[in-house]
Amino acid sequence: MEQLVASLADGLLLGFVYGLSAMGLTLIFGVMDVINLSHGPIIALGMFGIFFISGGTAFGLHPYVALVLVALLGLVFGFIVYFVAVHRVLDAPHLSSLLATFSVNMMIIGVGTALFTTSPRNLDFSMGSIQLGSITLLGTRLIAAVIAILVTAGLYLFLYRTPPGKAIRAVSNNRAAAELMGIPSTQTLALSFGIGTMLAALSGGLIATFFSFSILSGTVYELKSFVIVVLGGLGNPTGALIGGLILGALEGIVPVFIPVSWVPVIEFVLFVLILLVRPTGLMGGR
Amino acid sequence: MNSWKYPAFWLTVVVVIVGGAVPYVTGSNTWRENMFLILLAIALASSLNILLGYAGYVSFGHIVFFGLGGYVGFYLIAEQAWSLWPATLAGGVAAGILALLLGLAILRLRGAYFALATIGVNEAVRTFINNFDLFGGPIGLELNFSVYRDYGGPATMQWITYSTVFALTLLVVIVSYGIKFSRFGLGLMAIREDEDAAMVMGVRTPMAKTMAYVLSAIVPGMLGVIFFFRNSSVEPHEAFRLHRSIEMIVMVMLGGQGTVLGPLFGAATYEALRGYLLTSPLFKDLQLALAGLLLLLIILFVPSGVIGWLRGRFRRLWRVLE
Repeated sequence: MEQLVASLADGLLLGFVYGLSAMGLTLIFGVMDVINLSHGPIIALGMFGIFFISGGTAFGLHPYVALVLVALLGLVFGFIVYFVAVHRVLDAPHLSSLLATFSVNMMIIGVGTALFTTSPRNLDFSMGSIQLGSITLLGTRLIAAVIAILVTAGLYLFLYRTPPGKAIRAVSNNRAAAELMGIPSTQTLALSFGIGTMLAALSGGLIATFFSFSILSGTVYELKSFVIVVLGGLGNPTGALIGGLILGALEGIVPVFIPVSWVPVIEFVLFVLILLVRPTGLMGGR
Repeated sequence: MNSWKYPAFWLTVVVVIVGGAVPYVTGSNTWRENMFLILLAIALASSLNILLGYAGYVSFGHIVFFGLGGYVGFYLIAEQAWSLWPATLAGGVAAGILALLLGLAILRLRGAYFALATIGVNEAVRTFINNFDLFGGPIGLELNFSVYRDYGGPATMQWITYSTVFALTLLVVIVSYGIKFSRFGLGLMAIREDEDAAMVMGVRTPMAKTMAYVLSAIVPGMLGVIFFFRNSSVEPHEAFRLHRSIEMIVMVMLGGQGTVLGPLFGAATYEALRGYLLTSPLFKDLQLALAGLLLLLIILFVPSGVIGWLRGRFRRLWRVLE
């Protein structure tokens, strides 16, 4: 029982970070109907970003300071990807945008493999741990969860309280009508894509503070994001956070009962089943 | 089934036969190895084209049929001492049954949802096989080399498997034409253009889509058996590699989806290019990045593919390039 509580707590903390990454994916889908298949490699770039800005090289910034830079770089990278690969295929059939973002995926992984190889790395870094009764929580995970919650709150404030955020929601509702109201839709779309990739890079950076990683590890988290997004309903940020918690809890609880290698099987079967039974996600329709 | 009336049909068949015959004529092992990979790519891409090009459904996880068929056949050969031919058929049947069951379920989804579901299916099967002890779990299965003695030793075995892939490629190309000019094929293309309208016009869409899905799965399943038999081992990461799946889409897109010559041209070009890049020291590591760049350029600038572009440009080629 104690073991169950402990791994559940661990899983839930991870769930916040998963939720953050899924929110990026779902935001992009909600606003422009594009499934960003370059999500995973961007998560991996976030990992490498924090690695090079804080640890490995001359900069030597504190990882959480480096995280701010990673977020900014993620935003800028998103703009670039948007204008290079996504903008021209927005109104084309789904296949085009899927393949266009996947081509970005291939380019990042190809160049990344050439530059960084695929051998795993890790940040040599610890924030101690906290003892709560019988359970021990790792400091890095706790902080990651807190940051994920703060970023989520920030995202909501941005989307609901600021003019660019409101523009994003308007464009997501009805692009043509938003354009008629004088909202610059191209900039708004680019901004939402940038925020999506920023969330991916951030979650990558946070994951790098407690797991080892390589340029290929983004794929694992991208697939997790898909599962979460489908759990929560495509295009629904709140759903993504809740989906993240569900997935985190699942990852915490399941290994207590059956071998850990079965966890992904359960996740993907769940993923396909939910797509079949309730494509709008567990939270209900949009 | 009156595709033989079209010059395009003969052109394509002759191209495949001439290309496939080169290794026999030269007797060179290098040629055979290269052509093996190219024919394999052509057969995979053309199979996918039946679903992707004709019916317009994007299967991102099509490699699941190659992998699962390969696993089933390999298991029968390695553990149950079946001979290659029945095992190949069994691999095709297994892939077909999986497609039938899946098709009834996931083909109800459209657009992005279908694409996501196919990724999910591929990952679910991969992670399941990873845990499935009968198929060797994460380590996979290995073949005892002595098995090749039944096929006249490793050298003869390579020629036999080459011929099989050659025959299967020819089969896929002919079937592709057969479908294209049949009532069934027209129904699929109607679905691609507008599924609801097709339904109203009397196309039995669920039935037609499932048939297309099954047809596009059988040959990849058989190819999987031959590929892994030749490889003498099979493991989950190799069998269900998502990137391989998307390479199949790239090949179809490069040549032109919905045409028969397109996937053929796209697969041959892509595979030849890949072979060149992999062996050149300068581009070895960047091969994936260059493939990505190629894909992006096609999507942005020639979304109908090379053959599609030629057809649009030169109306006279319509009867020849199909």
